[in-house]
Amino acid sequence: MVTSHDIKGKRKLVIAVTGLNAIDSPGPGVAVIRAIRECSDFEVRIIGLSYEALEPGIYMHELVDKTYQIPYPSAGFESLLQRLIQIHQAEKLDLVIPNFDAELFSFIKLRKELENLGIRSFLPELEQFEARHKMILSKFGKKHQIMVPEDRIINHVTDLVKAVAELDYPLVVKGKFYDATIVNTLEGAQKAFYQLQAKWGLPVIAQKFINGTEINIAALGDGKGNTISVIPMRKLYITDKGKAWAGITIEDASYIELAKKFVKVTKWRGGCELEIMQTADGISYIMEVNPRFPAWIYLTAAAGQNQPATLVKMAMGEHVDPFQTYEVGKMFIRYSWDLITDVSEFQKISGEGEL
Amino acid sequence: MRFKKNIATSDTGFIFNPGSGDSFSSNSIGSEILAFFKEDKSRNEIIELICAKYDVEKNQLEKDLDDFFSQLRDHNLLDE
Repeated sequence: MVTSHDIKGKRKLVIAVTGLNAIDSPGPGVAVIRAIRECSDFEVRIIGLSYEALEPGIYMHELVDKTYQIPYPSAGFESLLQRLIQIHQAEKLDLVIPNFDAELFSFIKLRKELENLGIRSFLPELEQFEARHKMILSKFGKKHQIMVPEDRIINHVTDLVKAVAELDYPLVVKGKFYDATIVNTLEGAQKAFYQLQAKWGLPVIAQKFINGTEINIAALGDGKGNTISVIPMRKLYITDKGKAWAGITIEDASYIELAKKFVKVTKWRGGCELEIMQTADGISYIMEVNPRFPAWIYLTAAAGQNQPATLVKMAMGEHVDPFQTYEVGKMFIRYSWDLITDVSEFQKISGEGEL
Repeated sequence: MRFKKNIATSDTGFIFNPGSGDSFSSNSIGSEILAFFKEDKSRNEIIELICAKYDVEKNQLEKDLDDFFSQLRDHNLLDE
């Protein structure tokens, strides 16, 4: 079943990972690689897949053995497939772990083709992937009795008037893929609409504001409805982009149950992040579901449930029992580091598309 | 009145709520009071112990202690 290469009795896996942009709004790739490398059950050769020549992970040679640039999702499935075939011919990939929301659709669509080439993945089905999309999340919540804030899909700026009347202020105006602004006036809502429309396209989402404590949950599902791992985290320091700069694992059975319910009803395969808002009266709302590992995923490894390494095992056909415990009070504090490289490396990835 | 289950405190007066991820630091007198509190000493017992050790007006201590407990309550650390 396992197609990997054996070296000194330990499996050697060639794993391609995207999301190497460890910047102020970081992609999860570097954290995923760090967690995978920490697992002693297999040897790995990590192939980075990048979009931009300045993604820091490209130059982290202790983590990433080789990087290839791949085409943006907007270039279409076929050009991504052709590039992956080229890379596979050189590297004999066992597994690919995509980490960007915007590219997941393409990788899910190409799953069968990649499998036929011998490249595995561990991604949700298209139906699962679409069901949690922020544009239909409230419908999903109603269907499965999961608390989700009420929202309205805004296709035209005039739709905001009705949304405001129905949802009231403060109102959260959200982009199709990323970004959100809290507004208290119609003018503010209109400004946010135009900004988000320009950046991410239509539709824009108007969501009822929920006041509470923000909790994030990293979960890993086996695709059959079983939750293999759940780690809830409270952000301790949030950047102006809303990203966690520090966080801590917390203990609350209700979060674990919520994540298990989500994984069960969706039969989620792979990693995901639930963004939760818990109100003062203890109601947990799912604000958003990110269909991939979060950038703080290394904390799961530090807390005793190495989700990326476990995903690798499941993708390679190994049976994995659900984790039962984790360390509460395990913290992460992100930091910036000026990585030094040479223009020759930059030139190589920019000009030749590989490094 | 006692700490909620799982609330962790240290000798140095550090309090950690694993359910919320919140943590707090208290000063040295606060640490002593927390230690008595963890030993299930009553409010009156704590007042007597502190009064015996420090030069403090009982009325003032009572006010300060009630304020301290009210802060613990506000931070959702107590089971009433």
